[in-house]
Amino acid sequence: MRGNMLELKHISFQAEDTGKEIEILRDINLVIKDRFVAVTGPNGSGKSTLAKIVAGILTPTEGQILLDGVDITDKSITERANLGVGFAFQQPVRFKGITVKDMLSIAAGKDADMAEICSMLSEVGLCARDYVNREINASLSGGELKRIEIAMIMARKTKLSIFDEPEAGIDLWSFQNLIRVFEKMYEETKGTILIISHQERILNIADQIVLLADGCVKKVGTREELMPELLGVGQPCRTLADKL
Amino acid sequence: MDAIQQNLLEQVAGLHEIPAGAYNIRANGQMAGRNTTANIDIVSKEDKSGIDIRIKPGTRSESVHIPVVLSESGLKESVYNDFFVGEDCDVTIIAGCGIHNGGSAASEHSGIHRFFVEQNAKVRYVEKHYGSGDGNGERIMNPTTEIHLAKGASLEMETVQIKGIDSTKRVTAATVEEGASLVIHEKIMTHGKQYAQTDFTVNMTGPGSSVNLVSRSVAKEHSRQLFKSRIIGDSSCQGHSECDAIIMDEASVSAIPELTANHIDANLIHEAAIGKIAGEQLIKLMTLGLTEKEAEEQIVNGFLK
Repeated sequence: MRGNMLELKHISFQAEDTGKEIEILRDINLVIKDRFVAVTGPNGSGKSTLAKIVAGILTPTEGQILLDGVDITDKSITERANLGVGFAFQQPVRFKGITVKDMLSIAAGKDADMAEICSMLSEVGLCARDYVNREINASLSGGELKRIEIAMIMARKTKLSIFDEPEAGIDLWSFQNLIRVFEKMYEETKGTILIISHQERILNIADQIVLLADGCVKKVGTREELMPELLGVGQPCRTLADKL
Repeated sequence: MDAIQQNLLEQVAGLHEIPAGAYNIRANGQMAGRNTTANIDIVSKEDKSGIDIRIKPGTRSESVHIPVVLSESGLKESVYNDFFVGEDCDVTIIAGCGIHNGGSAASEHSGIHRFFVEQNAKVRYVEKHYGSGDGNGERIMNPTTEIHLAKGASLEMETVQIKGIDSTKRVTAATVEEGASLVIHEKIMTHGKQYAQTDFTVNMTGPGSSVNLVSRSVAKEHSRQLFKSRIIGDSSCQGHSECDAIIMDEASVSAIPELTANHIDANLIHEAAIGKIAGEQLIKLMTLGLTEKEAEEQIVNGFLK
């Protein structure tokens, strides 16, 4: 029996938009303990905000966050990272002068050698020889950056790994590979992989699906329970979803 | 040479021991060592302080080291070094100045380097500036570089000043003739109350000439920087300059680019960007477990690498 990896209690988040307070998340209560948990919902439902609150990038207006039973609500991004929270950005950040090797070394917490870099990059379908000394800047394509972003999270081996729309822009690399990455990560960490996504093929591997709408948890359940509803109204049809 | 001077030498020239090839080491205003080779001659100037370095045409894969170290507080000097690089040479010149000031009087070194690079010669010129010492005396360095590139010649200059210089005014002027090319990479980091000024003037006189000036700098604490660049295209030519600065704390950075095209086919570009470290860069590194301070260091080190 797995313990509760992550617990969110009464999480709300308000932000100011053109002088007006708007509520982005409202009283979110969740218990997350499965292998693969997908958070889905329409654009603007608060999915990314929720992920950023767990990573410590945003501070909730109200509520409490527990990681493995420990209250991390007041912990900084760095402290949470060191407690085992990994976060893959939806839009990977670019750096002038910092190389792929530098970033993977920081992620792995040690000066990674060529063999280690090779093993990390090959997981995301990149050849270390071509990338190890490249700068993480605009010379890399969006898809390449995204794959390096995923490799960084793999290198961290965190117990809670959050992916914010990992499928966006992975170009020629297939979904099947992405799913294999998640499976491999689970094998290595036995932790929880929390994926923000509205891709049907990703939802299909989830043990638990959380459906957000208008800043609230609309439904939580297994994929068998939620998939029929998700494939209905408000979501892109199957033909479009497959192409997204 | 004492331990302080040895350390300065290592910082500015990467020298642990006597270098291979030609060299001239200047310590506290005196010659501390010199070596010439069959192709490279070094002669002291008679009318003023400094040396003439003459490199025979066709000299390839040779290097010249001319480091300067100052460890005596209050010493002020101006040194004139002229490099005559013959046709078809391919050489590396490593200069640099280290000042250690443990006293209270200002120490100042002004190096005036002139390069006369003949046809089709290729030069790599590396210059490093470094200061140390905990005295109150200022460490001042004012390098002037004058470059003349004859037809088809090329010079690539790397200039680095990362630490310890209180005040610097760096003036570089170049003329670039037909088919010649000049590349300059400058890296500067200032902190405390330091002031750094960079002044480039490049005149492209011949068809097919080119220049590329790239400056990356970081200004921390209360330091100030001024970057000026003037590129003049008198012929069909390619000119590009780029000033990219990270500003931190209470620092101030100004960039003043000037481009003048006197020919219809002069193609000149300037890019300048000054800004603080992007918040998302700090956040990304913090999600990998670094503290905010460590993240900042990573970003600055990478930027100046």
